[in-house]
Amino acid sequence: MSNEHAHAPAHDDDEHNPHLAHHFDTMGQQTASAKLGMWLFLATEILMFSGLFLAYFILRMLYPEMVLEAHEHLSKWAGGINTVVLLTSSYTMALGVRSIQLGDVKKLRLMLVLTILCGCIFMVVKYFEYSAKFEHGMLPGKYYSAHLHGYEIDGLPHIFFGVYFMMTGLHGIHVAIGLAIMLWMFVRAGRGEFGAKNYVAIENTGLYWHLVDLIWIFLFPLLYLVK
Amino acid sequence: MSTAVQSHDPHPAVEPSYLVSKRGLMSWLVTVDHKRLGLMYLASVMFFFLIAGILAIALRTELFTPDQDFMSAQTYNQVFTLHGAIMVFLFIIPSVPAALGNFLLPLMLGAKDVAFPRLNLLSFYVYSVAAVFLIVAILTSGLDTGWTFYTPYSTSTGTAVITATTGVFIAGFSSILTGLNFVVTVHKMRAPGMNWNRMPLFVWAIYSTAVIQVLATPVLAITLLLLIIERSLGIGIFDPAMGGDPVLFQHFFWFYSHPAVYIMILPGFGIISEIITVHSRKHIFGYKAIALSSVAIAVISFVVWGHHLFVSGQSELAGVLFSFLTFAVGVPTAIKVFSWVATLYKGSIQYNTACWYGMAFLWTFTVGGLTGLPLSTLAIDVHLHDTYFVVAHFHYVMVGGTVVAFIGGLHHWWPKMTGKMFNETAGKIGCLLVFIGFNVTFMTQFFLGHQGMPRRYYAYLPEYQTMHQVSTIGSWILAAGLLWTLIYLLHSLFKGEKAPSNPWGGVTLEWATQSPPIEHNFHETPHVHGSPYDFPEIDKSAGGHH
Repeated sequence: MSNEHAHAPAHDDDEHNPHLAHHFDTMGQQTASAKLGMWLFLATEILMFSGLFLAYFILRMLYPEMVLEAHEHLSKWAGGINTVVLLTSSYTMALGVRSIQLGDVKKLRLMLVLTILCGCIFMVVKYFEYSAKFEHGMLPGKYYSAHLHGYEIDGLPHIFFGVYFMMTGLHGIHVAIGLAIMLWMFVRAGRGEFGAKNYVAIENTGLYWHLVDLIWIFLFPLLYLVK
Repeated sequence: MSTAVQSHDPHPAVEPSYLVSKRGLMSWLVTVDHKRLGLMYLASVMFFFLIAGILAIALRTELFTPDQDFMSAQTYNQVFTLHGAIMVFLFIIPSVPAALGNFLLPLMLGAKDVAFPRLNLLSFYVYSVAAVFLIVAILTSGLDTGWTFYTPYSTSTGTAVITATTGVFIAGFSSILTGLNFVVTVHKMRAPGMNWNRMPLFVWAIYSTAVIQVLATPVLAITLLLLIIERSLGIGIFDPAMGGDPVLFQHFFWFYSHPAVYIMILPGFGIISEIITVHSRKHIFGYKAIALSSVAIAVISFVVWGHHLFVSGQSELAGVLFSFLTFAVGVPTAIKVFSWVATLYKGSIQYNTACWYGMAFLWTFTVGGLTGLPLSTLAIDVHLHDTYFVVAHFHYVMVGGTVVAFIGGLHHWWPKMTGKMFNETAGKIGCLLVFIGFNVTFMTQFFLGHQGMPRRYYAYLPEYQTMHQVSTIGSWILAAGLLWTLIYLLHSLFKGEKAPSNPWGGVTLEWATQSPPIEHNFHETPHVHGSPYDFPEIDKSAGGHH
């Protein structure tokens, strides 16, 4: 028989770690599982966005001049500020992960607040950007009415704005979800749930936030800096 | 009549099984036990199998005569759409992975549970919400786009496309979560001593499936999201009048849905590998070849989607490449079939019900696989595209392959899951009815399609009538076989003999614990020292078929 029963070896102090779930043998196994799960989840996110990126490339290939002309109506300043803000937030997030690895809960909470603040600035800038587009009638598909507001863009600009709103909108939803998660982590950190040996949830939050940042790093040049 | 080889249960039942360890409705609704979730999935997928099966019988019955009988063209469109959408998204995709896979994966790995038990529970409820959306779509204005939701029709029809696609979108997340959970489980939860070369082949198959689920389903999610936005906001990305491209939708859709076909069939391969080796009491032939061919199929599945677009206006070069790559799928698939047959050769075969289903699979799946070759041949596909030939090929793979494997697996692991033995004679009668009914139904459709009968028509020319009637009668036999199976399996729950821990003499770890297993699966963490298919000397006195 291939499967003989042998007595399971007793593990060190893991047995008594309150954070160890019943079905894992060691904290190491639990942490490695959580990390692998997160990386797989990030892969699904990238694949989901890849559909939109593909749609963008086809659009740009079919109507290069229209995309060039339409993109002039996006605010490079707003996009640029948001890029800086998000990059900064990734830095504070990384510092937060580093803090908890060293067991500094107070600094972790500070860094989470700073990251959340950056995320909020991003959303506020986005709000003003979207408002401007709404006012100018630069809306997706059949709601497009920029020509009625005195903006003449040759070709089929409504499809460009459709893709613009899909991509930035889906990204914006991810930012909002990230903010909610960080707020939750802030509360959990306040309850003393994290420490130098138990920080995988913070690390995973960080990974998610870096991905959100990374997607924006691609969105910004593709949409705002076509020329 | 064969009696099973019974091995000694090393641990007499001292702990209550997972079925009775906790009591009350709530203990089921909030359970994180993979075995209970497996059963809950099983009940759900069976419910939808029944619903979609009834729709199929209604379709076949309408086709008994060339003219309209009891369905209008519009009703017929809705019925075949719902049949397809429910079968694909609520039955076949979750059937083997979420029901049997959930139950078996941790047991076969020697683990206490999957890596993320709460995520597993969430995944079940996400699936339930998706089901509610699809049911709401049916009850409101129905759906008549076909399960593929092709634009431009899906953006212009008046039926509940948004509700239904939202349901499918949500079901996709359930599938992603299950896949993610399984990948991590296989990587991190294996018992001491179980390296990759000692994993049961069912685990290999579920693992390959889970990888496809994780990598392909997000693309379906974004496709359906685009479709929903297209329908609600008219962004025009699939609308040529607005500068979009309807063929882009087909590319997007099949980039998911072709790998999804392998999400549906790979777990079936895994079941057959287990059934064939255990019931022939012989070490599986070509363990590594079978394991790695699952991975190969998973990889190739991502680069063949264009064979659905041979007549959609894609470039000739793309057509040739996709045709070639599609042929390539035949290689790893044939490796599997040959390995199974080689395993049976000189084996000590016990003709149990599960084994009968294994044999049935070898026939029906091989027919299904071989008829894929003419379809992937460019010139022939132009003639056969959108005919009953495609319908027959698809059903030979999905019903003759996956469903037959699923029912076989259900019989193989029924004693483990429920702790009860079913009546073997009843099982064989059921298998025979299913096999005959299935072949009569769908073999006929190859000929119908070859003669030019297009799919999705509610009425047809009189010269097709005879074959349509044969096919319809076959569908009734198939339905009778399935109902019969349902009845004796349910009967066994109440009147069946108590199952021993290892009724078939399997060596994989799920047979090392009691039937049904205890809540945490094993009394002690099992240690693995060898292949999962090293059968001990056959004990002639204990049984086998004579």
